Amino acid sequence: MLIDLLNALALIGNFVVVPGIAYGSQLALGALGVTMVYAVLRFSNFAHGETMSFGAMVTILVTWALQAHGFGLGPLPTALLALPVGMIVTIGLCLGTDRLIYRYYREKKAVPVTYLIVSVGVLFFLSGLIRFIIGPKDQVFADGERFIMKARAFKEMTGLDQGLAIKTSQGITVITAVVIVALLFWFLNRTRTGKSMRAYSDNEDLALLSGINPERVVMITWIITGALAAIAGTLYGLDKGYKPFTYLGLVLPIFASAIVGGVGNPLGAIAGGFVIAFSELLVTFAYKRVVGYLTPGDWVPDGLVQLLSTDYKLAVSFFILVIVLLIKPTGIFSGKTL
Amino acid sequence: MNWSLKNVLLFAGMGVLLILVGTMQSWNVALAILNMCLISAVMALGVNIQWGYAGLFNAGVMGFTALGGLAAIVISVAPVPAAWDAGGARAILGLLAGLATIAGGIWLWKKLRVSKTARIWLTALLAVSGYGLMRLILDPAVDAIEAVEPALTGFLGGFGLPIMFSWIVGGLFAAIVAWAIGKVALGLRSDYLAIATLGISEIIIYFLKNEDWLTRGVKNVNGLPRPVPYEIDLQGALWLHDLAAWVGIPVVEASSLIVKLNYAALFLVVLVAIFWLSERALKSPWGRMMRAIRDNEIAAGAMGKNVTGRHLQVFVLGSAVIGIAGAMLATLDGQFTPASYQPLRFTFLVWVMVIVGGSGNNLGSILGGFVIWFFWIEAEPIGLALMNFVTSGMALDSPLRLHLLENAAHTRLMTMGLVLLLVLRFSPRGLIPEVKR
Repeated sequence: MLIDLLNALALIGNFVVVPGIAYGSQLALGALGVTMVYAVLRFSNFAHGETMSFGAMVTILVTWALQAHGFGLGPLPTALLALPVGMIVTIGLCLGTDRLIYRYYREKKAVPVTYLIVSVGVLFFLSGLIRFIIGPKDQVFADGERFIMKARAFKEMTGLDQGLAIKTSQGITVITAVVIVALLFWFLNRTRTGKSMRAYSDNEDLALLSGINPERVVMITWIITGALAAIAGTLYGLDKGYKPFTYLGLVLPIFASAIVGGVGNPLGAIAGGFVIAFSELLVTFAYKRVVGYLTPGDWVPDGLVQLLSTDYKLAVSFFILVIVLLIKPTGIFSGKTL
Repeated sequence: MNWSLKNVLLFAGMGVLLILVGTMQSWNVALAILNMCLISAVMALGVNIQWGYAGLFNAGVMGFTALGGLAAIVISVAPVPAAWDAGGARAILGLLAGLATIAGGIWLWKKLRVSKTARIWLTALLAVSGYGLMRLILDPAVDAIEAVEPALTGFLGGFGLPIMFSWIVGGLFAAIVAWAIGKVALGLRSDYLAIATLGISEIIIYFLKNEDWLTRGVKNVNGLPRPVPYEIDLQGALWLHDLAAWVGIPVVEASSLIVKLNYAALFLVVLVAIFWLSERALKSPWGRMMRAIRDNEIAAGAMGKNVTGRHLQVFVLGSAVIGIAGAMLATLDGQFTPASYQPLRFTFLVWVMVIVGGSGNNLGSILGGFVIWFFWIEAEPIGLALMNFVTSGMALDSPLRLHLLENAAHTRLMTMGLVLLLVLRFSPRGLIPEVKR
């Protein structure tokens, strides 16, 4: 009886909890980028998915170069070594687009929807650039040890029927996300620059009066956004494989995460990321074997006992988005401040 | 409408471009581009009704286009009697159960006089149990239908009516879905509306890809019946042989040109009709009210205008126009391939058309549809020629040269991005700006 319960838990752990934590971290990092732009520049950046893709692409190119010259990190993927380059180039891209494109509209005090259309232009350009440089096909760049814990090792260790596998990419995702989020919160809450950003986001006019330089705040925002985008894009690519077209599809769950948590609120972005990730997995998980373990005897249900087919993952984030917007439009952690 | 010299010149320039393609590449290519230009212009008109008249950012154009494609199947494909016998009635019953659940949920939400928490939970309970009931009824029917000769049919088929009806029905489908979406999402701020519609359009595509019993999913529906003659029938006609000999082109080419011209004539009729109606609407008191709402919602509301109601109306109308264009597109393609609907091509490209053409101006949208579609297609050969020129100094097997040539087609995405950004920056009102009245 207890064994059955443990087996059911291992099953859920393997197919929901472990992937959910990894996917949630990726969404949280993406949503943090969206939320930072929203809090300071006050627009929804549709190009964020492509920025992530761009960061991942640069990282992949550097990874290939490193692999070709025989550099590596042993059990860890080489991409980690290449990631700083990817971050720097992506930051450069963000600063460049701001300088060339967004700054003009800031000076003109354009309405948010103008920014939105401008970001669609950036989205077009970036997606073309990415496909032009690396091509539209799938790219494999993960190397090193594939698993931290293999399903069979877990079975032998615990004697259960169900395995629990943890991929290296999942472990790295979670650790990186924790480190990055800790750094970001330390920066926002403890440093002078971070505080000036929060002040600017909270009340622009008051911040200007107290001598905060808005262009500097905007620049730092783009630096953080670019770095976050490169990290999130690379981690997602490591975990799920890099396909240029998937990143446009990521925009919706990322926006959903940011909005569910309360747009402009970093804590909310993280919580939202996990809410969306776990809802997607829980709703599309086939509970057939779990029910089999938890019911007495050998009875196993006929169907998959799945609430929604896996193909409708996106629908889940959308429904949560709509429900939150209807019931509590300000999100779980309401407020528009950093 | 104002046919100033500049506008006439712009359209004449567009015509010259098409003629250039006709003489330099081939008339078949030119007419194929023209047909897609006409459809794109209708789509752009639809988006312009929503954005230009009312300032609604609809990022779900792709979804409404695909619903038009669905209408093309449902209307034109011959019914599959074996599938209907296997589970047609049960599938309809399942869908009715789903509709009843939604209606019941809304009724409960509106009528229940209990605390907010209790209301949320009760509605959720009804939704989940109703959904379960629908799945219980629907799932066996779906399995039965999809088991009927899956390689050939495996879906219910349609009504076997002439495909032209689907243009109206496509608009109707899009209008119904737009009404439901508008009811939920139109109260939202502009960027939330954009995100919500973007999400819905993706869900519509997922639905069409996965509900094989209705659409055959990714197995596609090929060989939709045509509203125009087939090339092979034309080639048997004597008058075509005479005509081809008189013009001096092969009979095969002549037949395909005539088919394309037929399509172009049909599309042109639709485009002109929608354009005329849109212009009438824009000039009417209704159009003035829409612009008033767009420019200042609060003031318009204070003047007693029903802002939410008008938004819903214009959202439904614009989406219906997009749905009509979607059905026309499936008719022209002769097939329905759910996997081919990509947001960049079907949502954001149409947006580029409207912005570049001139938002708020119907003539501008039509021109935008023509110009942008033309360059979307021609960017590929132009990009390739450019790359050939750039790489002409390199060794023939240089990897950089091969890479550049292989990926030259993607320059068109970059071109579109650049065009959009440049227009927004230097001519934000577009090629044919809105007329200040």
